[in-house]
Amino acid sequence: MYFTKELLDKTSRMRKKWEDEVKKAVAKHADLKGDWSTVSSLPINRLYGPEDIKDTNFEEDIGYPGQFPYLRGNQVTGYRGRYWTFRMFSGFGTAKDTNQRWHQLLNAGQTGLSTAFDFPTLMGYDTDDPKARGECGKCGVAIDTLEDFLVLVDGIPMDKITTSMTINPPATALWAMYCAAAEIKGIPLTKIGGTIQNDMLKEFIAQKTLMCPPDPSVKLISDTVEFGTKHVPRWNTISISGYHIREAGSTAVQELAFTLRDGMEYVEDVIRRKGLHVDEFGPRLSFFFNSHIDFFEEIAKMRAARRIWAKAMRDRYKSTDERSWWMRFHTQTAGCSLTAQQPYNNVIRTATEALAAVLGGTQSLHTNSLDEVWCLPSDFAVEIALRTQQVIAEETGVTNTIDPLAGSYFVEALTNEMEEQAWDYIHKIDDMGGMVAAIDRGFPQMELADAAYKYQQQVDSSEKIMVGVNKYVTDEEQEIPLLEIDDALETEQINRLNEVRRKRDGKAAKKSLDDLKNACKKEENVMPYCIEAVKNLCSVQEICDVYREVFGEFRDPAMY
Amino acid sequence: MAKRKLRIMVAKPGLDGHDRGARVLARCFRDAGYETIYTGCHQTPEEIAAAAIQEDIDCVGLSCHSGAHRYLFPQTVKQLRELGGDDIQVIGGGVIPTADFQMLYDAGLKGVFTPGVTLPDIVKWIEENIVPNIRD
Amino acid sequence: MEITKKVRDGDVRTVSRLIRNIEDRIPGAKDTIKHIFPHTGKAHVIGFTGSPGAGKSTLIDCLVAELRKRDKTVGVLLVDPTSPFTGGAILGDRIRMQRHALDPGVFVRSLATRGALGGLSKAVGDAIHVLDAMGKDFVIVETVGTGQQEVEIINHAHTVVVVLIPGMGDEIQAIKAGILEIADIFVINKADRDGAGKLYRELMYMLSMADEFPGGWKPPIIRAENMFAADSFGKSLHELTDTINAHYQNLVDKHLLGDRILRKAMLELNEALHNAILDPVLTELVETGDMRRMADMLLKKETDPYTLADEVAGKYLRE
Repeated sequence: MYFTKELLDKTSRMRKKWEDEVKKAVAKHADLKGDWSTVSSLPINRLYGPEDIKDTNFEEDIGYPGQFPYLRGNQVTGYRGRYWTFRMFSGFGTAKDTNQRWHQLLNAGQTGLSTAFDFPTLMGYDTDDPKARGECGKCGVAIDTLEDFLVLVDGIPMDKITTSMTINPPATALWAMYCAAAEIKGIPLTKIGGTIQNDMLKEFIAQKTLMCPPDPSVKLISDTVEFGTKHVPRWNTISISGYHIREAGSTAVQELAFTLRDGMEYVEDVIRRKGLHVDEFGPRLSFFFNSHIDFFEEIAKMRAARRIWAKAMRDRYKSTDERSWWMRFHTQTAGCSLTAQQPYNNVIRTATEALAAVLGGTQSLHTNSLDEVWCLPSDFAVEIALRTQQVIAEETGVTNTIDPLAGSYFVEALTNEMEEQAWDYIHKIDDMGGMVAAIDRGFPQMELADAAYKYQQQVDSSEKIMVGVNKYVTDEEQEIPLLEIDDALETEQINRLNEVRRKRDGKAAKKSLDDLKNACKKEENVMPYCIEAVKNLCSVQEICDVYREVFGEFRDPAMY
Repeated sequence: MAKRKLRIMVAKPGLDGHDRGARVLARCFRDAGYETIYTGCHQTPEEIAAAAIQEDIDCVGLSCHSGAHRYLFPQTVKQLRELGGDDIQVIGGGVIPTADFQMLYDAGLKGVFTPGVTLPDIVKWIEENIVPNIRD
Repeated sequence: MEITKKVRDGDVRTVSRLIRNIEDRIPGAKDTIKHIFPHTGKAHVIGFTGSPGAGKSTLIDCLVAELRKRDKTVGVLLVDPTSPFTGGAILGDRIRMQRHALDPGVFVRSLATRGALGGLSKAVGDAIHVLDAMGKDFVIVETVGTGQQEVEIINHAHTVVVVLIPGMGDEIQAIKAGILEIADIFVINKADRDGAGKLYRELMYMLSMADEFPGGWKPPIIRAENMFAADSFGKSLHELTDTINAHYQNLVDKHLLGDRILRKAMLELNEALHNAILDPVLTELVETGDMRRMADMLLKKETDPYTLADEVAGKYLRE
């Protein structure tokens, strides 16, 4: 790119000389190991030089912040105008428990909220369903009805703080609760902001929080996109997620490719099903990536993601609004990189991963707590995790300048390579007829299963090192304080639910569910009906049962 | 005399869908030479126990990441015993705090595995502890 | 015999252990089969075969649900391949059927091929007897589904259902594999996909080439669309169930059921004779060293295999 032929000739000669010296040196003293590759087994060279990025075009491929292809970030001011949002994922026990934790986090300097729901809520079951036995409040907060939700957001300034909700199949129901709660507090829908994860494709691929078959699942998502576009303009109605794909064992390239292809599938569906123009909703799409332990691979992945998305939006979908070209994303450090052994080491892992996310230009970040391999994080562990972000932002100086790694031979070469490999996957999935078709065929699932098994074998054979697991192992156990969730919560929550069912207007509740069912059958947008239903105190499961009845229930076909 | 082939079940009780470990384990057991039945996600203890009986399993491996193991694991053992599967061993893994181990052993689990245990370790444990029953 | 009674009473633990004993060739299992045999012959055995990814397991799962609605009890045998390298197997078809796990009217058992060719396990024949004796109205057998020569099922099933999907190029694959000749019923699964019409026409054309069909039964072709389109899929499922029943009735009406059963009987007899007569002889020849001595004679060209075989046969058959 910026290299003249003469310069490249010169550097090639210099490189040759260096290579010869390497050969001699290695003959005398062998390398520590044979394989030097990323955690995803992407081979890495000993050195990168101008030759490795000679075909890179500055104008087309790199550019400046706020300019196509946004490799260097969407924001022209970088982190100087505003740090990323410190957004810690939290939720446990009852709505009251989580509300308290939220107030504590806001007081500690957190700038956005992020909700973890318990498994019955995530799967669209009420606490008293037989399938929900033993799960209440264990992995997040238990929400059955709007009554719970109002407790959850008690005292939270919903017009000032943005809230992210990790919720997928029942996303319409929980978002409806958020909207209804705002209304009750007298805050107009145009003032509330936040995100619902609402990304079902990655559930079929990776996380298996399943309810309805793929096609109606995507339809419900398109409903929320349409509703948000028209009525809740500050809301991100989908967070297209690679996090879970990675946690399920994918490589970095697979995470990148499958996540972006998922995003394209949603764009295509909204255009086709709702007849919206890409720029009517494009600016509200957001993404969610994993930041794993391989430092440069993660930075390259995030940079490549911005560039691929900008190209796809501009060239594939003919978007003309540059806000649609921006890939805005939240990042979470990799839960699967943490170890149960020597848990305090996890602080270092998380800090490294968080730093990668910041250098990759994330807009929002969750840092995992050191004890998450064991259970939900304790207050003590959450605080260290939040402080990790604050140290990076305020002390390390990495926020001084934008995209500081740009122009690095290695980082640019790796970014290019990951982008290329991602496009290969994307085109392969195009050829299969899109992501829904590829999922139906089990393609991404099998790719993940293979990668996960391979990685586990690499760890077992010490080809990949995990400190404290297969190297530097100690017998001594480090005790850490753990958060315990009281098993008795379940009974308490069931009592509350029964109380709500007793006191609500049964007729109105039933009518709103019937209306919702009709809307589903007529392919109307479900959101207004959902809001009505939650206001009439219909439960999450009652709403989801309507979906299951009309759209069918999907069970995991489990590829292995 | 014919030799018994070990039959092992990998099951995911409860509502969490984090099946990475379960699927890796299923492959590992296949490669160790066992006949491995995988139930898929979102199973109740009752369903797992019924399937284990129908499949004449020697050992059921439970994986849970939601924190609900304190109910789900003991309940699976209980169901198995009620269906006459007294000789079917139950082991478990996932996100399980060490503090819960004793409670799970008391409930009848034969082994509990922490995150970070290697596949060869698990296979070795199976070889040493699970003997296919040839009673009739 | 107590165990026979338990099987006939439908004791799940006993049945599953018995099938295990058959698979593991535990000697006592053979005796049990002897006692059970008179109580078999009532179940309608349905075989499902077809190309990989054709959705056989899911279809069987739905068929089981439909049969249960019609108040019939069902046994299901699912065959998956054993790894030739490790001897292990992942038996994963059961996943699709776990919703029936708590239904006492349904018994599902996974079997590994353990080296058997033809898409089934050696234990399948006896396992069918066991489920039959257990009192199941229907026994459904799913073959491995590798798209290879999975024609063994014809020896065990009264009705063979061949499941195909469009757009996988299986049309030709299936013809090669000889699967089409064994079909009593075709299902074009996922028939809402591109290429379903083409597959249908090709099957029709192939069937038109046949001179005649045994019992005048021309294999019907059933199109099953996306299973989540509840109305149309439900209709296809009804049609499939009715057609399976009609096929059986046709065998009865045309007095062909005997032929089907005869085939299985011959096979079993063949296998049993093999076990009873040939196996002991071979074992003895190996143990006494005669086998090795005869092989040495062949190497030295002192004689030929046929002469040796005649001599051995002469000696043992007289006994």
